Amino acid sequence: MTTIATREAPPEAAPAPAVPRSRRRWTRLILPAYTWLMIFYLSLPILVMIAFGFNDTTGRLNLRWQGFTIRWYQDLFQIQALTTALRNSLVIAVISTVIATVIGTMIGIALGRYRFRGKGLYDLVIFSAISAPELVLGASLLSLFVSVQFVRGFVTIVVAHVAFSLAFVAVTVRARVLGLDPTMEEAAQDLGADPWTTFRKITLPLLAPGIVAGALLAFALSIDDYVVTSFVAGQVETFPLWVFGATRIGVPPQVNVMGTLIFLGGVGIAVGNALLARRQRG
Amino acid sequence: MSARRGRLTPYLVGLPGGLWLGIFFVVPILVMLSLSLQSGNAEEGFRFTWAWSNYADAWEFYHTQFVRSIIYGLIVTVLCLVLAYPMAYWIAFYGGSRKSTYLFLILLPFFVSFVIRTASWKFILNDEGFVFGPLKDAGLLPGDFHILATSTAVIGGLTYNYLPFMVLPLYVALERIDPSLVEAAYDLFASRTQAFRRVVFPLSLPGVFAGVLITFVPVASDFVNSGILGGTQTTMIGNVIQTEYLTNNQYPLASAMSFMLMAALLIGIFVYARALGTEQVMEVSQA
Repeated sequence: MTTIATREAPPEAAPAPAVPRSRRRWTRLILPAYTWLMIFYLSLPILVMIAFGFNDTTGRLNLRWQGFTIRWYQDLFQIQALTTALRNSLVIAVISTVIATVIGTMIGIALGRYRFRGKGLYDLVIFSAISAPELVLGASLLSLFVSVQFVRGFVTIVVAHVAFSLAFVAVTVRARVLGLDPTMEEAAQDLGADPWTTFRKITLPLLAPGIVAGALLAFALSIDDYVVTSFVAGQVETFPLWVFGATRIGVPPQVNVMGTLIFLGGVGIAVGNALLARRQRG
Repeated sequence: MSARRGRLTPYLVGLPGGLWLGIFFVVPILVMLSLSLQSGNAEEGFRFTWAWSNYADAWEFYHTQFVRSIIYGLIVTVLCLVLAYPMAYWIAFYGGSRKSTYLFLILLPFFVSFVIRTASWKFILNDEGFVFGPLKDAGLLPGDFHILATSTAVIGGLTYNYLPFMVLPLYVALERIDPSLVEAAYDLFASRTQAFRRVVFPLSLPGVFAGVLITFVPVASDFVNSGILGGTQTTMIGNVIQTEYLTNNQYPLASAMSFMLMAALLIGIFVYARALGTEQVMEVSQA
């Protein structure tokens, strides 16, 4: 999500000779206006979500603007089931992120660094896990749990979330491993470091940005997941499951508030990350 | 000793992940395949009987939803491509130093839960909501006007939710194009249209392929949008599979449907990947 690599614009690209006037109108006016329009379209539900978290509505039906209030921020945890669902989501996201990050990093190192028998098959499984529709992941896991009569709940959700985040962490870390400069590790070994020390002091810190990006991705995937979770959740409710259920009768304003806070938290982390990276570079 | 350990290292490092993906990704799909050929019921249990009839039944009962999902998938993919291309093109060639900012703004929806985003559209499009309500009160819209529960709402919701997925690979492909190639085309007296059609567009095709793939697969199997924004006339195959699994406990039938969907989509993916090279699809999809 936050790992988009943009190549620096070529320094002062020479102005194309005799650019037709009509072309300039396209690139100076029409396309930028269109892009901003689309950005507005993409942001519209977010703006509405934020605004109607401040709506002074009565009861559950949050339909029209009835005045400004911060009541919903004060009564954020008033709806017991919603609060429980949000807490479940956070706990599940933290646990599955930790497991997926550790195991996924190991996969990324194995695939990025070594050639071994069966690597092609491993690559294929990773590729399939990323490209398989979530529906199929959920349905097949449910088939497994039903067949072995494993009771669905907290554990099955964590297992499922790790299963779909693993591959994403693995490819993120692998990309970083492939970009490593081998001379750094060679230098450490030349200075007498044993393999484990080299790994801990040199390799791991160099891989850290990839691992952090993978972990953030795993967390985001987990906390947002509805499809897979809906199949394997049993009686346990997570935040997306609760909200989906609530859409039938009307979403209470607390959901807007929670959505707003999660949004601000995520944007804060992303912007902070970008600023930090810029400062390190500059 | 050390050389031997060296040879074992990749297996040891890759083992936990391999086991996890084996047990919770590969095995479940095989179990689902087996379940799709079983017969019985939820109370007495299911037995493996080579019940190919599950597949015939699935097609007979639900081919409407199956075909509808594919059609929605195609419409949404084309809409996303048409809406995303001009944006990706402009940002890639004229974004200058603010490219990252534009991309960040396009990715903003990802910071809000998928379900909440879709619920937010339901709220915006509500028959009596803050958009249509006042218009109806003012007599500008007929009282029974509605968008929710129509295919317009579902296709609109899907297009909204998957648009950023299309922008990214297009942007990555367009950004790689060397601007001097385009200038060369102008120097050789190409018109604006010709330069685009003969130089820019062909070079962006890997992005188009990847974007189509990344959009079509999840859209065709989506059931959140039609669950929240749709009605009985917009049911997609994902909704049917979910209901058959969770409400009706018709595991063999539901497994057969999931398998048919997966087979249809995977064949599509591998034909694509073959035509284009897995590495490239992976590379673009990671961006």
